[in-house]
Amino acid sequence: MAKTKELSKDVRDKIVDLHKAGMGYKTIAKQLESTPAARKNGQLEIDQIHKETKRIPPFNTSKMRLVILEDYDLASEWAAKYIRNRIIQFKPSADRYFTLGLPTGSTPFGCYKKLIEFHKNEELSFKYVKTFNMDEYVGLPRAHPESYHSYMWNNFFKHIDIDPANANILDGNITDLEAECEAFEKKIAQAGGIDLFVGGIGPDGHIAFNEPGSSLVSRTRVKTLAKDTIVANARFFGNDLSKVPTMALTVGVGTVMDAREVMILITGAHKAFALYKAIEEGVNHMWTVSAFQQHPHTIFVCDEDATLELRVKTVKYFKGLMHVHNRLVDPVLSIKNQ
Amino acid sequence: MPSNKSVSTAPITQFVNCRILRDHKLQREDLWVREGRILDPEKLFFDEEGYADQRVDCEGLIIAPGFIDVQINGGYGIDFSQATSNVRGGVALVAKKILEHGVTSFLPTLVTSPPNIYHKVLTEVKVHSGGVEGAGVLGCHLEGPFISLEKKGAHPEQYLRSFESGGMSDLIETYGTLDNVAMVTLAPELPNSEKVVRELAQRGITVSLGHSVANLSQAEEAVQHGASFITHLFNAMLPFHHRDPGIVGLLTSDQVPQDRTVFYGMIADGIHTNSAALRIAHRAHPTGLVLVTDAITAMGLPPGRHTLGQQVIEIQGLHAYVAGTNTLCGSIATMDMCVRHFKQASGCSVEEALEAASLHPAQLLGISHCKGTLDYGADADLVLLDDALNVRATYIAGQEVWRK
Repeated sequence: MAKTKELSKDVRDKIVDLHKAGMGYKTIAKQLESTPAARKNGQLEIDQIHKETKRIPPFNTSKMRLVILEDYDLASEWAAKYIRNRIIQFKPSADRYFTLGLPTGSTPFGCYKKLIEFHKNEELSFKYVKTFNMDEYVGLPRAHPESYHSYMWNNFFKHIDIDPANANILDGNITDLEAECEAFEKKIAQAGGIDLFVGGIGPDGHIAFNEPGSSLVSRTRVKTLAKDTIVANARFFGNDLSKVPTMALTVGVGTVMDAREVMILITGAHKAFALYKAIEEGVNHMWTVSAFQQHPHTIFVCDEDATLELRVKTVKYFKGLMHVHNRLVDPVLSIKNQ
Repeated sequence: MPSNKSVSTAPITQFVNCRILRDHKLQREDLWVREGRILDPEKLFFDEEGYADQRVDCEGLIIAPGFIDVQINGGYGIDFSQATSNVRGGVALVAKKILEHGVTSFLPTLVTSPPNIYHKVLTEVKVHSGGVEGAGVLGCHLEGPFISLEKKGAHPEQYLRSFESGGMSDLIETYGTLDNVAMVTLAPELPNSEKVVRELAQRGITVSLGHSVANLSQAEEAVQHGASFITHLFNAMLPFHHRDPGIVGLLTSDQVPQDRTVFYGMIADGIHTNSAALRIAHRAHPTGLVLVTDAITAMGLPPGRHTLGQQVIEIQGLHAYVAGTNTLCGSIATMDMCVRHFKQASGCSVEEALEAASLHPAQLLGISHCKGTLDYGADADLVLLDDALNVRATYIAGQEVWRK
């Protein structure tokens, strides 16, 4: 294999065909010459394929937005309205699903409630929406009230009209966890990539379970949870540290970076330092949310408390743009008016 | 939307816009039913990727488990203790009518009768599930004849019996068979009773204490041998006395084995028990209270004279007396009336009132895994009620069997 990045056209076509046939990059590499260089190039090629099979992004300019609302409820409402507008403008149909990446936890709770409200008011339908959750604990029974399956069912799925076959959550109770992760990546690729990935941030700056020190180009994989995270989660397990799961399946930073648009919800004073590290300091794998400084289309939605560690200048600048931001959440022609 | 066909092709019904009684609370949740059982919608969503075939809009009503009546002697002109030419038809008529009261399962009750009645009726009335034809029969309740003479109430004296030759043989001789028998009421102070209590309990038949002059220790002994119910508390037993509480003392007895509960039937028709007494019992032992109607032939009939067992009775308003006396001989209140009256008289919560007519009788009979609850996997016997606890619709195994 040549050492240059460019592969010959017939090799590229072969890789595309094998990928369209549904093979992962490891299998494709085996089909061709199995050298580390070939495998690495195989991955670069898969990325290119992702770009080819992905739909054209809806934006022609790159944007970073910091949207600051007064409190948690207003921030949740803004985020929900944005998601609603995105879905409606996309005009999803049976041939063209809108793909949404979803988080769990206390931060998006208000946003889900608002989305359910829009659905109940017949302003929004999830019939042609596919969802991909970010993470799930390993070894926690699916019916356990703290599993992310339970969270999504109780706080979202049971109130809306999504087709169960389109709600995708990683299965932490399967025997071959690595295969589950690869299959999840494949499902995302087959769905045409994620249109909008909604996420939160941990107090240690992590996105999903990409704990400090995670690779910024990581993919869906098994992760051991950091002590901070386990302690933070103990409150859901009766404050008994021994009952908190220690491993989880999570999408990688790279997986979320592949989304056409990313929206990070950050509320509460306890997240303020993480937000500061994420947007006012450099890109750093100890604060994995900082990776999104290099994403072409990111929106950070915060409340006042979350901005407490930012420079006054930053906050004033973005608050000054709120009249622009608010236009993004003006009601669009909802389904019932179409 | 059609359901996924991977596990079952049976249609799935989703009751929406309702409040369901689950975990002792009324919750704003949907209720899912498939193949006559309550379905776990989360499992359906994730494991089967399925959803509902049809939705039933409950318009804000309460969904409670169907009521279970463990003491009902007849109604609408039918007397279960009479050997008519069509015993089964009689039971079926009552079974159909009580659907209107929210009752989805019951124990046809026989008062003290001669052996030939028992032999006839017990061979005709079988345990069977309910449906469109009527409420399900869980077995018969035999109230007597092994009861106390002093506390016979409206039961005919000439047919009372005691355990002479050794207990069980007297029983079999009198009843003929113990098949399809779910409960027996007896007086534990009768000699040789403990062998009978033990044997019946072992056979899975609920033993109830009633029509008795037993003192507290006799009653406690009977409970230790396996008795678990008190037939219409306060009625046909010694009154509560502070130095010998009698059977009533079982409500707070410390001699009841740890893992067992003593349940007690209450006729909450406002007549058989003073509201203050009802409240004392409820507050002393709220989890054991079982609402029963003890309804007689005349329930559902207009005022006048009717037959009960081997005697004649007289209806005056909501009161039913032994003709020519002041002895009450059963009530004509319906189960939903009892639930409403119980709630109003005791000041208990809606959940407690509903559980007294559904969960507690199911627990008493040892069937609470499939009846008396809306837990996943339980039979979908439901009653839909408005906030005043009037019955609006009744369902058995997920099928609508009555609607107002």
